[in-house]
Amino acid sequence: MSEGSGGRQTAPPGGPLLELRKVSKSFGAVQVLYDVDFHVSAGEVMALVGDNGAGKSTLIKCIAGIHPIDGGEIVFDSKPVNVSGPKDAADLGIEVVYQDLALADNLDVVQNMYLGREQVGSLLRLDETAMEKRASETLKGLSVTTISSVRQTVAGLSGGQRQSVAVAKAVMWNSRVVILDEPTAALGVAQTRQVLDLVKRLGEQGLAVILISHNLHDVFEVADTITVLRLGQNVAEFKRSETNPQKVVEAITAGTLSEVPGQDTEVLA
Amino acid sequence: MSAAAPPAVEASAPATETLSAYARRWWSNVRGGELGSLPIIIGLVVIAVIFQVQNDRFLTAGNFVNLIVQTAPYAVIAMGVTFALLLGEIDLSIGFVSGVGGVLTAILLTPDGNELPAAVVIAIAVAAGLAIGTLHGLIITKVGVPSFVVTLAGLLAWNGVVLLLIGSKGTVILQNDFVIGIANDFLPPATAWLLALVCVALYAATQLVRLRSRRTARLETDPPLIVALRIAGLAVVLAVIVAVANQDRGVPYVGLLVAALFVGWTFVLNRTQFGRHIYAVGGNAEAARRAGIDVDRVRIACFAIVSAMAVLGGLILASRLRSVDTNTGGGQALLYPIAAAVIGGTSLFGGRGTMKAALLGAVVMLSIDNGLGLLGLSSGTKFVLTGAVLLLAVTVDSISRRGREASGRA
Repeated sequence: MSEGSGGRQTAPPGGPLLELRKVSKSFGAVQVLYDVDFHVSAGEVMALVGDNGAGKSTLIKCIAGIHPIDGGEIVFDSKPVNVSGPKDAADLGIEVVYQDLALADNLDVVQNMYLGREQVGSLLRLDETAMEKRASETLKGLSVTTISSVRQTVAGLSGGQRQSVAVAKAVMWNSRVVILDEPTAALGVAQTRQVLDLVKRLGEQGLAVILISHNLHDVFEVADTITVLRLGQNVAEFKRSETNPQKVVEAITAGTLSEVPGQDTEVLA
Repeated sequence: MSAAAPPAVEASAPATETLSAYARRWWSNVRGGELGSLPIIIGLVVIAVIFQVQNDRFLTAGNFVNLIVQTAPYAVIAMGVTFALLLGEIDLSIGFVSGVGGVLTAILLTPDGNELPAAVVIAIAVAAGLAIGTLHGLIITKVGVPSFVVTLAGLLAWNGVVLLLIGSKGTVILQNDFVIGIANDFLPPATAWLLALVCVALYAATQLVRLRSRRTARLETDPPLIVALRIAGLAVVLAVIVAVANQDRGVPYVGLLVAALFVGWTFVLNRTQFGRHIYAVGGNAEAARRAGIDVDRVRIACFAIVSAMAVLGGLILASRLRSVDTNTGGGQALLYPIAAAVIGGTSLFGGRGTMKAALLGAVVMLSIDNGLGLLGLSSGTKFVLTGAVLLLAVTVDSISRRGREASGRA
């Protein structure tokens, strides 16, 4: 998988941070992923596109440790790793922002960002001051300026603000890989703008970002690289600078299905 | 290496919110449906005025002390059942679990030569409550039976246990001075003043420590005037309670018990990880699960707290009546606490509710009960009127929820 990484401008020297080699997965008799190769480097925004049922969600759930993989291997930081639960993924620094965001509406922004990992001070007392300080610093670091108070409940936030909170929650924990599942699906124009800017900044800050999206316009705006899945196989990998939406749509709908690796070099050439 | 390394915070971080900004935020919250304790305090004033006009004994020191003693058991059970309501669950067995607590205490304290010390008996009763709640919680979480059904079955079964424990006796007289003293003895006036003073001092200290730690962290702080008003408010409320009660028999020990439980559980809910997890599970159980919270354990712990608090309530009720009989735990012991929590503003859909809501709701319920009693109305009239008030309170909540939805805070 080294053919793409050489010419990428944003990628630091060295191989990919997260790499999937010949990963396959089936649920009972239904095989969902066939020998999928996938990789993302630090500082890179990798878009994962494909039609419904292409296996995008299954792939990220394998990375997140929700589904164990049947075959192949996951390599993180050049070392093969065993991701057998969400906690393993979190320990590696892999965070997923799911489409439903998993925020508790009745809790405020700080409480949501620290959910399940609250800082406890003396006498079992929560260290609210420290949590609030770090939460607002993280939001500031991501240039999220639309949230006026971190002490308001999430219920009162707009879709874009909620997405920002969910992303900030994901990057606060020394994360190295952030997976965003359809972050703009339910948003209006202005809010989509906010979120796309946020995604770009994540890449600029040196995180490896995996963006799952149906919206090619969004993908072409922020992604450095685009991986196309079709019926559980990766059929193409593009550099954004060297392709156009039409080619990507062709790959999504009619990419050559084969389990022979190397066919994507043909498309890349 | 933090990927999201934040830039150095500038010294111009927000300092003190101005008073007018604070007032504006409060008003926009009220208009947005975050009514807080406002309706219930207005309600209490209205109730006091109406009953005082009808019967001038309502606002006397003697009746005030009676009201504290009458409210206490239901307030304790209501605080307990709030833990189930916060999860979006319900516990219908609280009445008869409180009955089991009262009956167990009375029987174990019967002076037949091998009675146990009162402290041990109370510990056994509370432990029984914890066990009952844990059983409910295990069936609800591990088997997956809805809490409504499990505790409905509990309502029947624990009623049966009350009858079995009492047996053919019909009534068990409570014969232990300590347990009777809980609801029938009173703090010496000086001690009551001292405790009130300590409470205000502790509250002021926590408020000031909070203010200072937020200042050093350069976080936005409440206006000092508001903080001062809060402290003064608590001082006035406690002073009025102690002064009025001291005109009559004094502050009952049970008032102290309720206050301690109130402060303790408020701390747990607002300031500990466990409390935070309760709100999270009630607000979005799936998000809580994904955040690594052991949702089942939180649920079981909450049901254990509900039943243990119900037992304490039953103990207070037994202490007040100095006996238990076959009706113990029926009727009001189930309905008043749930109604109290809901009147106070606790949502039945989970994630929204406080100990203050339970306490104030219980005061409203029992003020009505007490006032109607003074007017000499029949039980039938009492129930109809209490039901109407409950409906009114829930209506106010529904309308304010519409306000929350309209302003996007639902």
